Amino acid sequence: MLSVQEVTRVVAGKSLVDRVSATFERGELSLIIGPNGAGKSTLIKLLSKQLRADAGAIGYDSVDVGSIPNRELARIRAVLSQNIEVSFPLRVWEVVMMGRYPHFAGRPGAADVRACEEVMRFFDVSEMGERDYSTLSGGEKQRVHFARVLAQIWFAASGKSRYLFLDEPLTFLDIYYQFEFMGKVRELLKAGDLVVVGVVHDLNLAARFADKILLLHEGRVLACGSKTEVLTQENIKTAFRLEPTLVRTDEKSVHLVFD
Amino acid sequence: MPAKPLASPYAGMTPVLALALVAIAVFSIRFGAVAISFGDMWSALTRGFAAPESLNLTERIFLEIRLPRALACILVGSSLAVGGVLMQALFRNPIVEPGLVGTSSGAAFGASLYFVLGAALKFHAGEWTLPIAACLGGALATACVFLLAETGTAQTETTTGLLLIGIAINALFLSGVGFMSYIARDPQARSITFWSLGTLSGASWRAVILLACSTLIGLTVALRHARQLNALMMGEDEALYLGIDVRRLKLTIIAVNVMIVAVATSITGIISFVGLIVPHLLRLLKGSDNRFLLIGSVFLGAILLTGADIAARVLLRPAELPIGIVTSAVGAPVFITLLRRRRYRF
Repeated sequence: MLSVQEVTRVVAGKSLVDRVSATFERGELSLIIGPNGAGKSTLIKLLSKQLRADAGAIGYDSVDVGSIPNRELARIRAVLSQNIEVSFPLRVWEVVMMGRYPHFAGRPGAADVRACEEVMRFFDVSEMGERDYSTLSGGEKQRVHFARVLAQIWFAASGKSRYLFLDEPLTFLDIYYQFEFMGKVRELLKAGDLVVVGVVHDLNLAARFADKILLLHEGRVLACGSKTEVLTQENIKTAFRLEPTLVRTDEKSVHLVFD
Repeated sequence: MPAKPLASPYAGMTPVLALALVAIAVFSIRFGAVAISFGDMWSALTRGFAAPESLNLTERIFLEIRLPRALACILVGSSLAVGGVLMQALFRNPIVEPGLVGTSSGAAFGASLYFVLGAALKFHAGEWTLPIAACLGGALATACVFLLAETGTAQTETTTGLLLIGIAINALFLSGVGFMSYIARDPQARSITFWSLGTLSGASWRAVILLACSTLIGLTVALRHARQLNALMMGEDEALYLGIDVRRLKLTIIAVNVMIVAVATSITGIISFVGLIVPHLLRLLKGSDNRFLLIGSVFLGAILLTGADIAARVLLRPAELPIGIVTSAVGAPVFITLLRRRRYRF
């Protein structure tokens, strides 16, 4: 479980993230939405400990994130961002193996090799293991990075939750890969000990896949809850200054149509 | 994925390079105005350290001149190449060479100060005065670069910011060298020139021991950070996500680079291109894993510099060319050929 209490981040006198509180459960896919400048990216960086909060508390299974050493944290927390370039030619499996760096010193052990093999099969990149990463297409590169990031937290950590943060990883993928990736994340969530929190831009993608949606507006939580609770005409109007038509095909789903 | 992904493609390279190094080093030692047989080498090595007075002239040339020179050459080549690997990895940039954070130009400035003002200085440390002046200069320039970057804005803290400040500080210290040459009298000016071109003729056993210490320590520390440097290839954010303290990594790597490059430069003067070209050659051969690059560069840097030293002694025989002229003259066309290859991605 990931708990966020009154978290605030101030830069140059402006609160980018302003007293945000939320709880993200194991086995759930939580997606953060909001207009540009709402603080989505800052919040995800605070949650993943890339930035430190100026006030408030972030707890990983109720342990304060500040008290967890970085290397230890890296064994249970992975962050998937977009469009990573590697500055020198590397083989694909070398890139994936980097995900195991927090787990071994010296040479990779049998578990590290197994994690890489399994995760590469999972993301369907096994075939390109020996290829030079820099020669891959954009979609292939992103899949290799999915594999690398998941390799980092591939095995359950005894007694602890695992945390996966998605920092707009889908921005440069076509719709097929967006759906395929979200499907894979749902599959991973079945393990039960994984907390997934992500930022996406596409409201319909959030509506399609999220268990919980957190709508940020001007650094504050405008709404937080299930898709039907958050994706209301009023909330969308306040945050995005647009009035969508909400289409309900059944009890659980919401589609937004912008005319 | 291959059956055994960790049956590393890098395997087998080190023994080949090690053998090549031994071969070229032995050739370099035997080659010269006085031919030295294996018998001379053996008897000098077995008796020389215990009873130096019992050696004949050939054996003494081997033990007192050729051997320390060959070893110094190996160690300087290794140091510069390792420095090149470290700096390219740190800056994630293939155009970088070890002098980039100001180390070489600072060392050159320290040396030129010594040449011009040395006589007026109260401080004397015998044959160590020049290396100490050069080391201090190198450390000073690098410290300037780092402090200016760190105390500036968020922008100057980035590796690009560090790189740009490095370029500026290099220019500043080189103008200092220029000024020193300008006000120098003739023999001093010539010393500065020679030193700026690089030479191994001053190699002594004491220099070898100093170089061996700095190279060994530097390499050990560097190897411990090889994987962290690999992670840095994906950028600082990704390295942070893998639990790496990027700021400390930068400081450590720069400190190692300053130590090995400043010590090497302080003994031989400025030898360019070795640090730039060796990492590229190795990447072309096998790949970019920094662990492999570091070990490979120890050997390949030594091989190339030993080759250059042989060339420096042959080309204008019996005179000797400054080795820096050879490394630049040969290195530049080789490097350009390398970059123009379609297969090579940089």
